Amino acid sequence: MSLLTILSIVPVLGGLALYLVPKNDSKKIRSVALAISLIETAISIWVAISFHSGNSGYQFVESHSWIKFIHINYAVGVDGLSLILVLMTTLLTPIVILASWKEGEGGRFSITTYYFLILMLESFGVAIFSATDIFYFYILFEVMLVPVYFLIAGFGHGERVAAATKFLLYGLFGGLVMLVALIGLFYEGINHGVVSFDINQLSQIAIPSTVQNLLFLGFFLAFAIKAPLWPFHTWLPAVAKTATPSTSIMLLGILDKVGTYGALRFCLQLFPHASKTFSFTISIFAIISIIYGAFAAIAQKEIPVLVGWTSISHFGFIILGIFAFTSQGVTGSSFYMFNHAFTTAALFILGGWLTSRRGTSAINEFGGLQRVTPVLGWMLFIAGLSGLALPGLSSFVSEFLVLIGTFTVHPILAIIGTTAIILAALYILLMIQKAVHGELRSENSNISDLNLREKIVMVPVIVAIVFFGFYPKPILHTLNSSTTSVLSHVVNADPAPKAR
Amino acid sequence: MDISNYLYLSAILFTIGIAGVLIRRNAIIVFMSIELMLNAANLAFVTFSRTNGGLDGQVASFFTMVIAACEVVVGLAIIVTIYRTRRSASVDDASLLKR
Amino acid sequence: MNNTNLIGLLIALPLFSAGLLLLLGKAANSWGHIFATLISISTFVIGLLEFLAMHKRANENRALTDHLFEWVHVGGLQVDAALLLDQLSIAFVLLITGVGSLIHIYSIAYMEHDHDRRRFFAYLNLFIAAMLLLVLGNSYLNLYVGWEGVGLASYLLIGFWNQRPAYATAARKAFIANRVGDVGLSLAIMIAFTQFGSVTFDGVKAGIPHASSAAILGLGAMLLLAATGKSAQFPLQSWLGDAMAGPTPVSALIHAATMVTAGVYLIVRSNFVFDASSIARTLVVIVGVITLLFGAIIGTAKDDIKKALAASTMSQIGYMVLASGLGPIGYAFAIMHLLTHGFFKAGMFLGAGSVMHGTNDQVDMRKFGNLRKYMPITAITFGLGYLAILGVPPFAGFYSKDKIIATAFNTTGTTGVIIGLAALLGAGITAFYMTRVIVMTFAGKARWEDEVHPHESPALMWIPMAILAIGSISAGFLLSWGGALVNWLAPVVNSTHLAENKDRISPILLTLITLGVVLFGVIWAVIKYREVPESAPEKVSIFTRAARKDLYQDAFNEAVLMKPGNQLVLTVDEIDQKVVDGAVNGVGKMVSGLSFGIRKIQNGYVRSYALVMSVGLLMLLLAVWLVKL
Repeated sequence: MSLLTILSIVPVLGGLALYLVPKNDSKKIRSVALAISLIETAISIWVAISFHSGNSGYQFVESHSWIKFIHINYAVGVDGLSLILVLMTTLLTPIVILASWKEGEGGRFSITTYYFLILMLESFGVAIFSATDIFYFYILFEVMLVPVYFLIAGFGHGERVAAATKFLLYGLFGGLVMLVALIGLFYEGINHGVVSFDINQLSQIAIPSTVQNLLFLGFFLAFAIKAPLWPFHTWLPAVAKTATPSTSIMLLGILDKVGTYGALRFCLQLFPHASKTFSFTISIFAIISIIYGAFAAIAQKEIPVLVGWTSISHFGFIILGIFAFTSQGVTGSSFYMFNHAFTTAALFILGGWLTSRRGTSAINEFGGLQRVTPVLGWMLFIAGLSGLALPGLSSFVSEFLVLIGTFTVHPILAIIGTTAIILAALYILLMIQKAVHGELRSENSNISDLNLREKIVMVPVIVAIVFFGFYPKPILHTLNSSTTSVLSHVVNADPAPKAR
Repeated sequence: MDISNYLYLSAILFTIGIAGVLIRRNAIIVFMSIELMLNAANLAFVTFSRTNGGLDGQVASFFTMVIAACEVVVGLAIIVTIYRTRRSASVDDASLLKR
Repeated sequence: MNNTNLIGLLIALPLFSAGLLLLLGKAANSWGHIFATLISISTFVIGLLEFLAMHKRANENRALTDHLFEWVHVGGLQVDAALLLDQLSIAFVLLITGVGSLIHIYSIAYMEHDHDRRRFFAYLNLFIAAMLLLVLGNSYLNLYVGWEGVGLASYLLIGFWNQRPAYATAARKAFIANRVGDVGLSLAIMIAFTQFGSVTFDGVKAGIPHASSAAILGLGAMLLLAATGKSAQFPLQSWLGDAMAGPTPVSALIHAATMVTAGVYLIVRSNFVFDASSIARTLVVIVGVITLLFGAIIGTAKDDIKKALAASTMSQIGYMVLASGLGPIGYAFAIMHLLTHGFFKAGMFLGAGSVMHGTNDQVDMRKFGNLRKYMPITAITFGLGYLAILGVPPFAGFYSKDKIIATAFNTTGTTGVIIGLAALLGAGITAFYMTRVIVMTFAGKARWEDEVHPHESPALMWIPMAILAIGSISAGFLLSWGGALVNWLAPVVNSTHLAENKDRISPILLTLITLGVVLFGVIWAVIKYREVPESAPEKVSIFTRAARKDLYQDAFNEAVLMKPGNQLVLTVDEIDQKVVDGAVNGVGKMVSGLSFGIRKIQNGYVRSYALVMSVGLLMLLLAVWLVKL
């Protein structure tokens, strides 16, 4: 059995095992859930260590026939790109579990169910990033909606059911369009003598351009909704407003990456011609996302919603980089996915702690936190700096790669995108100024600073943000060969320097 | 004898049955109307069986009778129970599932 | 240990110290300031060692490159974390660590009563590290990291007392204005990569001859935009005045001597770009001239001593930018003025800090007067800085500023006359506002409030001021002795084969004219400010009113950028809720409305269902029958 299969099974079995723990012993439930996620992390690190990063093909490959008569396989494997995202999933989950020590309580379902759902999400996340059979991918794509739905509707607050339903309907709509395209792709494969859902085999066939365009749009719509790309983003602010921080992190940090990952892996590899046809249009949508998200973020008055909007802006960057079709753009986008997970996680976690301490998430209600909760204030500041892509932090490397990669092909778009760094500074620093700086208000003087557990949660995130800013080599090195191989389906080479 | 007369009769009985189901509110009478429709179908079956010379139609009509018998058993039991609890045999009164 | 290893240490030491002091928190309160100061001094010692070693080497071997580690390697973009220590960067290293160390020492006393002193020193060390990275990076991308690092340190230090909302806003304003400049730097790097496939200084220099003039112009313009942001040049100048919200040593170090001059460094470092594009050079000159007059005019109307000095800084950097737009010889003079300005302006800011220290943090010059009696050392050191900025021989400013004026005059064509006259006018206004500052502060009648008891500052504060004052006296002379600095920088900025322009006016005559203009400014100010009213006079000319309002820079930004920006933000938010999300919700509403209508059919009556079924059956039969026919 491949390590990848083990990776996707461990959280499921562990999640089921949670139900063996007595229901009222919440401390034990949390500890067990944390232990399971840490075991998962350990296995994934083992995978990363035994991974050969110079190799561009899939590794740890495993394939079994699943539904024989239509040739659907259970097929997994990772290349550098998938590996980074798998690692992102397994590293983030224990942080989420440890951070959300209290969030499972007071929901509609039991605390066991809460951790079960999170572990299920982790399992699906790992599985979907390592799936090499498109049908298997599709099934995971749809089934992932279920735990998120219950996490939002069961444990959120405010208009949680409405938000969950909106999210579910959006997701299902995209998924069904993708299913149609998938069936179309399968028949197109049969026409070309390939009876399979295997991505490598399907990417060999030459699909006529009209069909290719339609199939591309089917897939891309699903990914754009998940990513979320403007104008398919409206489920996100609603979710960010109502969901618990850990749900938002799992959703924005991990699940939404499926959208951008899918666009990169499937759209580029399966429909290279259509990708090129639509690249400029999509880039424009991405630019709109970037600017629009940033502007809307400035207007927000609640921390989680603000972070949600910044994510829309950041996802715009990721899509922009992918559809630049340059090695800097694509590698930058892949790295961006990784960084965005940690930045967003830090912001959501800290925002969540502030909310639970103060009873409100309205930014204007805070102020002067630096003087009562210096550690929390600093963490929020650093996370914010990562959100505005300060050079020296990992998000800068990825954002700059995206912009420079875009500039070599669409200079005007890159120039517009670059102005977003001003807007990013505005929305982050406005939040910092209102929440952390300024006069201390009496209502806030009793807010307690981070305890040991909370510090343990944040330290690895901050360390990762800083470390990979100065030394991104391990990740870039892992990504480079697989992004080159993905790109080779679309373009021959990066544009050469003009003056040499 | 012309076979179409049997079929006319069958159609007339069936229509009477439908009309009964649609118009009457008393559950017992609705029930009887359904029986009438089933028997209209039986008549058609037997007629065709007779003309074609096969036994399939006869067999089908036996099936129908058996089903009708089962239906009576279950249906009457339900109607009686409803009557006992609600003191009414009107189908319109049995609308608990509506809300 | 060889010299290359020490270069990395220059940055690593203060960075480590900053991190340590911030992480340890209160545990380091008792020794943090001493530790940070020692670290800063040790970087100065390293810088000095490097300088001596470099001095010994032959001219062509002086530049050292230290490859630290692989940083960003993606496709054609291959950027290492690498440091370049050459003649230009060592000059900055000495300035930063030297002035930096003095200001560390000064701050020990200045910040003594602030219980966040440790944090202050951590920020100072962070700034030193970032600034050194800025001047030592061997590529634009490395420089960018330092560039934002100093922006961050500046943000933290301006907002050091951020419990006051105005100060927090000032910090944010500085960061945002700098970010506008950063867009320029980002785009410059992108242009460089697209054109030359490299972002190192060497790579870009090598590619320049092959590039189109449009590309070079774009590159130059974007670098200039970056410089205007960081160096508070027109049109991104408005943040510097507000930046005085930070503690005074910060204003001396960051907003006078070092960080704000980073823009000049960037232009001089990119000399090969500006040499290749005369239009880009012209833009630089225009920005420089506008800013030097703009800053000087604002300086004449400020009653806040720190804001007056800040306006002066803006104006002096305008001189540097102007010089760096004047071609090869200009670069050397720009750097010379930058170094001498580093001495005298830092000295004057520390003097202002000393005055504030002695008068309960008063900054309004109308509340000063006759302080020379009570603070003699401050008065003398401030006075020496004053003479230096005026350009009185043999003080430092004479050697640097007069050369810039002369070079401006010697530019060919009518341009030379215009910018020369502008520079001359600037010198006159400088003399006016600096005299105004010194007269209002140290001379005249005492105007301070009753509870204020002015006193001289402790030795820890006046010794750095004295050292800087000595620098103000001697730096210009030393740096220009036998063309020392010009020759030293020649390999970097190509300043050897130059001086093709003939002198328009003989140097001695120009010096006399300049001194005459300066003297006029001094006398005018002395006459005008013999009597200083307690509050600023209301009835003033429209020009004074404009100068007091910073020539309406903030009003302009408010009207042109902030108000429409705010409106746009609100509009986007509203559009999203009403139009984009409205469309989505509209679809949902439509579906639910439809089902609400359809639901009425489900009335719960069995016979109506039966009727529908019968009708359906009939229609089905009818359809079959019709098709059959």
